[in-house]
Amino acid sequence: MAAQDVHAHTAHAHAAPQGFVRKYVFSLDHKVIGLQYFFLALTAVFVGMILSLLMRIHLVWPGAAIPLIGEIKPETYLSLLTMHGTIMVFFVLTTAPQGGFGNYFLPIQIGAPDMAFPVLNMLSFWTTFVAFVVLICAFFVTGGAPLHGWTGYAPLSALTNTGPGEQLGADLWITSIAIFCVASLMGALNFITTTLDLRAKGMTMMRMPLTVWSWFITAILGLLAFGVLLSAGILLLLDRNLGTSFYIPLVVVNGQVMGHKGGSPLLWQHLFWFFGHPEVYIAILPGMGVASQLLSTFSRKPIFGYRAMVYAIMAIGFLGFMVWGHHMFMSGMSPYSAFAFSLMTMAIGVPSAIKTFNWLGTIHRGRVRFQTPMLFAIGFVSLFVSGGLSGPFLAQPTLDIPLHDTAFVVGHFHLIMGVAAIFGMFAATYYWFPKMFGRMMNERWGRIHFFITLVGAYSIFMPMHYLGMAGQPRRYSQFTELAYLHRLIPLNTFMTYAAIVTIAAQFIFVINLFWSMKKGPKASDNPWEATTLEWTTSTPPPHDNFGGMTPVVHHGPYEYSVPGAARDFIMQNDPATVTTSH
Amino acid sequence: MSEIVVQHPVGASVYEPSLFGTYSKKIGMWLFLLSDSLTFGALLFAYTYGRVSTPNWPTPFHSESIRNATIMTAFLLSSSLTMVFAVRAAVQGNAKAQRLWLLATMAFGLGFVILHGREWTNLIAEGLTLPMFPTPPGQGTGEFANVARDVPQFAATFFGLTGMHMVHVTLGVIYLGIIAFRKKFIPILLGLWLLAWLATPAYSPFHYGAHLILIAAIISAVILWLKPKVYDASDIEVAGLYWHFVDLVWMFIFPLVYLMSTKIIG
Repeated sequence: MAAQDVHAHTAHAHAAPQGFVRKYVFSLDHKVIGLQYFFLALTAVFVGMILSLLMRIHLVWPGAAIPLIGEIKPETYLSLLTMHGTIMVFFVLTTAPQGGFGNYFLPIQIGAPDMAFPVLNMLSFWTTFVAFVVLICAFFVTGGAPLHGWTGYAPLSALTNTGPGEQLGADLWITSIAIFCVASLMGALNFITTTLDLRAKGMTMMRMPLTVWSWFITAILGLLAFGVLLSAGILLLLDRNLGTSFYIPLVVVNGQVMGHKGGSPLLWQHLFWFFGHPEVYIAILPGMGVASQLLSTFSRKPIFGYRAMVYAIMAIGFLGFMVWGHHMFMSGMSPYSAFAFSLMTMAIGVPSAIKTFNWLGTIHRGRVRFQTPMLFAIGFVSLFVSGGLSGPFLAQPTLDIPLHDTAFVVGHFHLIMGVAAIFGMFAATYYWFPKMFGRMMNERWGRIHFFITLVGAYSIFMPMHYLGMAGQPRRYSQFTELAYLHRLIPLNTFMTYAAIVTIAAQFIFVINLFWSMKKGPKASDNPWEATTLEWTTSTPPPHDNFGGMTPVVHHGPYEYSVPGAARDFIMQNDPATVTTSH
Repeated sequence: MSEIVVQHPVGASVYEPSLFGTYSKKIGMWLFLLSDSLTFGALLFAYTYGRVSTPNWPTPFHSESIRNATIMTAFLLSSSLTMVFAVRAAVQGNAKAQRLWLLATMAFGLGFVILHGREWTNLIAEGLTLPMFPTPPGQGTGEFANVARDVPQFAATFFGLTGMHMVHVTLGVIYLGIIAFRKKFIPILLGLWLLAWLATPAYSPFHYGAHLILIAAIISAVILWLKPKVYDASDIEVAGLYWHFVDLVWMFIFPLVYLMSTKIIG
């Protein structure tokens, strides 16, 4: 076994690359790949954000002529909606926290010089990039982008004559998703292997930072979920291009009997949501990890209930695979299975509540430092609770059926999966920016960005719950002429103004990001006085992360304010012998 | 802690012990197989879903098909055995035997694909097609034409499942070829691609399917360029895991798709 160990641990070592292409384009360095993912996601989030702005404008001023695009037609609205959802879910929520920050910091936080499979890592990024390009191409082909929503429900998505975007655009959409699945699988098995195999001496599983735990569990979810979506996508492509009927029953479109029979749209829903629900946790778990890390660091206290946090992440991941049916209460499923899915869904509330109370316990009576990363971490907890509380409502089939196709659900998942996860990314960006770029971000503009974004996010998404309960449907391009929704128009207008302000505020972030890269004050190696391994190496880290050394770990990840210690934090690789509970 | 450092050779001591004391590539392959089994699981789920929800699911496979599929099964099982011998030869450091056993494995794999291709071609000629397959001349008269018309799910699931498996076997043969011959295998691959492309008529699905070999050749070339290394016993073992998995998947497909759809006479 010992001989195999030597063998195993030399496989990933590689020399520092020379030349621009090998150093910055086809780099094997996990740090460069992490930044590539980060900037890909940054590009994607701006595309997705502009699409949402167009939708909000159209909802309250349906006749408005928009520069370059003109008036938004109903089918264009559906295309915007589809592309917004797809870009945000796949290329932002999945790409940035895991591919971006996970790639950059998972190896450093466990004391590894790189990922276990650097070539696979590079292939995984470039495959993701190709997937993004293919998706964007859908805007420019005949018929435009698809209009079947990010969930791609059949038979709308499985036939080629159901709408203008359902021609080549839909094929490109499915192809993009399939390529993305392959990329995510490569990434996921790399993350898992790295975590299992390349931990520095002393970095036992129960000494891993919670960020590493969340990336690890997220990778397991991705490994199990994306393979199923890949199959579902292949079958959808067969339906569209070879005339099979996996998802298509005998169906009449525009008075014309289609040559399909015997298929079931429910098959798509099952396969899609078997992926789709774990995907929600793929988006949110890394945010939970970052929040745990930051709340502990900036409260100068150990995380409250480290083991409980780890088991809660595992429980959420495990239960996440058994609740896909709660997206399908509307499909006419048997009330008995609906009951089972409902029960499992409610059960997820337990580990979620454990995490929430542990976060509160961590802040409680801490010496809290309200710097920008901490503000975003607190914002994450706030949004997670606000968005999460409507979850148990929707988990009840009896409540879900009237609420499902309304703005209530849109408000729910945007708060918890969209904005909360993005707050996790903001927190991570402000927190790790000094390590990634060697400079500090501007603190004042960071705070301004935080407060506008927090108030803005609540102003946009909280009213959606009221709109939904009042019966405003989702996915409708226009309802200003519906009498029963007339009195809600002012509220809709308010939300659109809030969206404009919030989106404008994101430019503060981008300017701060790029300005600080060039002009920010130089960062020390450990500006936040944190304990994990990335803060023990130089800023930015050298090619092999620790300059030819491999750190030896002596402590748990969150040893703050330990009685008897010289400072109020003990680095994980500090050999000082202070007796600890870990 | 210091005792542990003493027990391990230099180089190993800087890391925690790895999972099951094994090496990363092997864990990576196991994880890939885990994920791939879910991919096949989803396809089998789709097949089951279609079969259960369709009244009068046809059982049209006559003895010729079953005989052919049985020979294919024997090929795959034998190939798993030769793969085991290849791994053993690699561990013993017997390069010549290793290469021969790998070649034998590839030959069985290739034989499987060729037999399977013949099977597909026959079935298509008898009328078992997908609505948008290019049609061969004079097709649509065989008894499978009724099956394709009455229960479209039958042909769809048959071609979907076995096609996905055939892709896996083909990629497996290419994988073994790259492991055994590295750069030298790329021109052979290109030759195979041209042969498969030119030897099949334009209406055959293999005419287009042949391009898979070209894509695999390009990706292999890129990987060999990025990581020019000599493959060792561990690489053979990892390739063996993949090969046995593909064999295992067939052990699900053969009974579920073929045996359960055998024509019962009498």
